[in-house]
Amino acid sequence: MMQRLLQSRGLAQIIALLVILALDRAVSPQFFDLRMQDGRLFGSLIDVLNRGAPVALLSLGMVLVIATRGIDLSVGAVMAIAGAIAASLADAHGMPVALAAALGAGLLCGLWNGFLVAVLGIQPIVATLILMVAGRGVAQLITEGRIVTFTAPDLVWLGNGAVLGVPAPVAVELGMLVITGAVVRGSALGLLIEATGGNARASELAGIGTRAMILAVYVWCGLCAALAGIIAAADIMGADANNAGLWLELDAILAVVIGGTSLFGGRFSLVLAMVGALIIQAMNTGILLSGYPPEFNLLVKAAVVLVVLLLQSPRFASAGAVLGRARQ
Amino acid sequence: MTSKALLAATALVAITLSLPATAAELTVGFSQIGSESGWRAAETSVSKSEAAKRKVTLKIADAQQKQENQIKAIRSFIAQGVDAIFLAPVVSSGWDAVLKEAKEAKIPVVLLDRDIDPSGKELYLTAVTSDSVHEGAVAGEWLAKAMAGKACNVVELQGTVGASVATNRKKGFDSVVAKNANLKVVRSQTGDFTRAKGKEVMESFIKAEGGGKTICAVYAHNDDMMVGAIQAMKEAGLKPGKDILTVSIDAVPDIFKAIAAGEANATVELTPNMAGPALDAIMAYKAKGTVPPKWIQTESKLYTAADDPQKIYDSKKGLGY
Repeated sequence: MMQRLLQSRGLAQIIALLVILALDRAVSPQFFDLRMQDGRLFGSLIDVLNRGAPVALLSLGMVLVIATRGIDLSVGAVMAIAGAIAASLADAHGMPVALAAALGAGLLCGLWNGFLVAVLGIQPIVATLILMVAGRGVAQLITEGRIVTFTAPDLVWLGNGAVLGVPAPVAVELGMLVITGAVVRGSALGLLIEATGGNARASELAGIGTRAMILAVYVWCGLCAALAGIIAAADIMGADANNAGLWLELDAILAVVIGGTSLFGGRFSLVLAMVGALIIQAMNTGILLSGYPPEFNLLVKAAVVLVVLLLQSPRFASAGAVLGRARQ
Repeated sequence: MTSKALLAATALVAITLSLPATAAELTVGFSQIGSESGWRAAETSVSKSEAAKRKVTLKIADAQQKQENQIKAIRSFIAQGVDAIFLAPVVSSGWDAVLKEAKEAKIPVVLLDRDIDPSGKELYLTAVTSDSVHEGAVAGEWLAKAMAGKACNVVELQGTVGASVATNRKKGFDSVVAKNANLKVVRSQTGDFTRAKGKEVMESFIKAEGGGKTICAVYAHNDDMMVGAIQAMKEAGLKPGKDILTVSIDAVPDIFKAIAAGEANATVELTPNMAGPALDAIMAYKAKGTVPPKWIQTESKLYTAADDPQKIYDSKKGLGY
């Protein structure tokens, strides 16, 4: 029983998250303090969940793409586009139109990536690089290079509101996790996606519509990115096309990898990708709370990521076991 | 809003295009970096209006953040035989060759907003820039005066680590803190000059400092981070501008909205009007041969609620910030 628990998937991630939270508590004694503020839970732990929501949403789409042996570098740019569209339309046309247009743009972006990869057979890293570069330009065209602000309260709610005390971004993120989980794990879809990533040719011969699978995961990824972009814009009540989602594609990929999903595709875990995103944000928030000079931010982050990845490495684990035996 | 801005832009283009017909005395070529920030867009539009005011024809080349485009633009200005060249250099090195060509063609070059390496000192007439160390000091002095000797714990939102503007604005502020024993910077983190990061970092400052109770003032290296920090303070149930004083730098329109609403206290202007002093220097140089000083420092003006923030907001919002 104990043996099985230790070997179970995800243990390394959970331990890493707990260790980082403990470290956060060590640098900042009030880390776990919670109180209500304007009908919303307030505390550092909530900050971790809330600030981590955009990357968690991105990783939710990214993990499916990576499961098909793909990668989507454009998610940060798609965030910027969706945010720009939502912010430009919110005050004049209202929240439903803004939301629909922004999500529609995300779908289109995903469709474009999926088309390049699934139909034209372009390598995913190159195919999505196109939108990564061009997409930010598109977002800047929409905002004309300035920060477009809005006041539409129902859109602002998506960033600053709360559901039963839980910040709206976290509620959206959990909702998306449940929906995605129900769709891919409640049916054979998840298995088919993994099969496509494991061996596309064999899957094709076995009768799986691999093209449709690949197209679908990029579209879903685009949608998740658009949602993340809307939340990021709602958070600051404005669309900052130059900075929204900048480099977040890397954090999303990192979250997926920390979550134990292989970049070679073939298997994935939605929940662990979310845990990966939480690990990254728990670390970021801890760094901010610690009061170290900002010059150390990236170094600390790199060191923690290295340790988490080493924890997961089977070779490192077996080397550790050998060392342990030698000492005895 | 977009269509309005488009109309305004078209009108501006039309004005610039129609200028040669008004028999302008001088033609100046301006190699602008691009439009990477709202401030840059404002600098471009202010340059156009300042040139129009002086009946100078201004030809603007947008380099889209590339030095090679700037060098091409300067060569084409030389070929066209303009009377002067304005350059907002995207990087500080690699200008010697093309500036020598301008010097040989006897076309004076004025640097706007940024300086270049000392090796090029002899190759340009003057540089019109702001002193970012001074900007930080003006911000610090406002706070020192506002506190009048009372003890004050300050949290600082730094710009991007390694950016010279961030280093200098920190240096200037620190110099004032060093002279005033009552001021103390208790926390300092980078907010990368963005609203989102400014908000996130301020949230963590508030939690680390007992819910914000021990923070007396926030100093941000730019207004955008302060706009984010103001939201963080409001969401934590604090009153920015009252419970916690704010001072930041740049003077973008949105901070005036906050000052007008009593949620921000002061901002130090990084004026987008670099072309005005540059044009004056060029016109004096051309007309009377007056050689300007090597460095024309723009004014780092302090704005507070006493300066009719709503009016400044209205005048600034159309500039493209």
